[in-house]
Amino acid sequence: MKRRGFAFDLGIATAVLVVLVILPILFPSKALIDFAIRVAAFGIFASSLNILVGYTGLVSFGHGMFFASGAYAFGLLMQKAGTSIPTAFLLTVLISAALAVVVGAICVRLKEIYFAFLTLAFQMLLHSLIISWQQLTGGDQGLMGGIPRPPFLGIDLSDQSQLYLFACATLVISLLLMRHLMQSPFGYTLRMIRDNAERAQYIGIRVWRMRLAAFVLAGTFASIGGIIMSLLMSGAYPEFAYWTISGEAIFMLMLGGTSAFLGPTVGTMMLLLLNDVITKFTEYYGLTLGVVILLFALVFRKGVADFVVEEWRRRFGENQA
Amino acid sequence: MLKIEHLCKSFGGLAATNDVSLHFLPGSLSAVIGPNGAGKTTFFNLISGTFRPDSGRILLDGENIAGVSRSGIVRRGIGRAFQVASIFPSLTVEEALMGALHAHREQNAVVRSRFPIPGTQVRAREVLDMLGLAAKARTLSCNLSHGDQKLLDIALALVLQPRVLLLDEPTAGMGPEERWQMIDKVYRLWEMEKMTLVFIEHDMDIVFKIAQSICVLCYGAVLAEGTPDEIRANPAVIEAYLGTDVEAQK
Repeated sequence: MKRRGFAFDLGIATAVLVVLVILPILFPSKALIDFAIRVAAFGIFASSLNILVGYTGLVSFGHGMFFASGAYAFGLLMQKAGTSIPTAFLLTVLISAALAVVVGAICVRLKEIYFAFLTLAFQMLLHSLIISWQQLTGGDQGLMGGIPRPPFLGIDLSDQSQLYLFACATLVISLLLMRHLMQSPFGYTLRMIRDNAERAQYIGIRVWRMRLAAFVLAGTFASIGGIIMSLLMSGAYPEFAYWTISGEAIFMLMLGGTSAFLGPTVGTMMLLLLNDVITKFTEYYGLTLGVVILLFALVFRKGVADFVVEEWRRRFGENQA
Repeated sequence: MLKIEHLCKSFGGLAATNDVSLHFLPGSLSAVIGPNGAGKTTFFNLISGTFRPDSGRILLDGENIAGVSRSGIVRRGIGRAFQVASIFPSLTVEEALMGALHAHREQNAVVRSRFPIPGTQVRAREVLDMLGLAAKARTLSCNLSHGDQKLLDIALALVLQPRVLLLDEPTAGMGPEERWQMIDKVYRLWEMEKMTLVFIEHDMDIVFKIAQSICVLCYGAVLAEGTPDEIRANPAVIEAYLGTDVEAQK
C-alpha cells in the first residue's frame, strides 16, 4: 500500500511556505497581504472545524466560540497582563483548550442536531458574556485601545509584512499538524466513529472520549485562528463570538469540501474572495452569497476540493489521499 | 467460560429476556434458535452490553460483566457481528480491520506515528485470508457485496481475537448456496481460532449440522437446551417451533 508519510507533507508545506514568502515580493500589494492574513486566520479556523465535521461527523454550530476565546484571551493577555506575544499565544491556546474540555464534556454526549444546538447555545452564552462584561471586554465596542504588539525574537508583528509572514507560517504549521493528526491512528479512529459510532463501540473504541479529544483539538486550533485575527485587527470584537462566524465556517466547508484535507482552506479563500468581490459590485451581499451556497448545497453537493481530489484519483487511480 | 445466570430484561411490560440461565463451555459451538420475537437478538444485546440487564449475572470466566460498557465488554474478549452488516463504509476493508486492531491494542489514540502501526497489517491479512476476503483488502467497504459485508462484519469481531464470538444470523439475506459457503467459513474459523462461538440462525439444516449444542428461546425464556439430537426429540420444541418440518424429515 502506498502511503505518503510525514516527510511528503513536510515537503509540500515547505514548498508552499516558500511560495508564500516570495508572493508579496512579486506582487507588493497591501490588499493582498491583508487578504492572505485573513485567509490564514479563517483557514486555520475552518480546518479545525473540519476535524469535527469532516472527520468525526460532529456538526458544531458553535465553533466560533473558540475563535472568540482565542482573540479575546490573547487580546486581554497582551493588554492587561503585558505578557510577551509567545507567552500570550501559549496561554491563549491552553485557556481555549480548557474551555473546550468543559464545553465538550457536556456537548459530545449528544448527537446530531442536539449537539449542534448545544454548541450554538454555549457560543451565544460566551457572546452575551462578552457584551455584558463591559469592564473587561469593552462590551459591544470590543477591546478598545488596540493590542500592543511588542517585538519578540526580532519579529515585529505591528509591521504588516512581518505579520503576514507570521500568519503564513502559523497557517502552514497548523495545517501540517492537523494533517498529521488526521493521518494518525487517532485520525482513523475518528473516521470510524463518523462512519458508524455504534460499531466503533463494539470493537472497543471509547467513543465519548475520542469525540471529546477531537472537540478539544478542534477548539484549540480554532483559537489560533482567533489569535491571528486579533493581531490583524489589533483588537477583538463581539462579532467574533456571534453565531454568524460559525455559520461562515460552515459555508467555507461547503464551498471547499470536507473530504479533502485542504478543502476548508480552499473554501476559506473562496468565501473571502466572494466577500471582497461581491461587496464591490452590489450591496446585496447576502443574497448573492446565498445563491452561491445554494448552488453548492443543492447542485454540486460537494466542495471544490472534493471535485479536484476525485478527478485526480480517477485519472491516476489512487486509492489513498 | 460464559455463564448466564437468571438474566432478565423488560421493555415496557414486555419481558424480552425472562430468567435465562445458560452455560457456554470454552471452545464450544452453540446455536440460539427460536421463532421471530423470541428474544434472540436481545439476548446477544445483553451479553455485548447494548442494554443493561434488569437483573441477573453474565459471568465471563467468573467476572460479572453485566452493566459494563460496550467497549469494555469487547476489551474483555466478547466480540460480535450483527444481523444487518455493521461496517465502516468509507474505509477500505483492510483499513477497517487495522483500525479495529488499533482499538484492541489500545493504540487508537496514538498521534505520534501514522496509520497504520506496523504489525497490524499482518493480523488483518491473516483474518482476511481466513474468511476469503484477501482479494478485496483495498476495496472500499461500501462497495462490497452483501455477503462480503457480512464477512467483513465478522472479520471486524474476529480480528480482535475474541474468546467469545457472537454471530447474529451470519447467513441473513443470503441465497441457499451462499449460506452454505458462509457457514463453511464460520465453521472453519471456529476450528482454527478455537473460541467459544454462539450464533443465531433460522435455517434448521445449518443449525443441526454444525452446532454442538442448541438453545431454544421462546417468549424470552429458555424452552430447551441440549445437543441437536436432544432438541430434535424434545416434544416442547417440536410443538412450539420445529413443528411438522422435522417430523417430515424423520
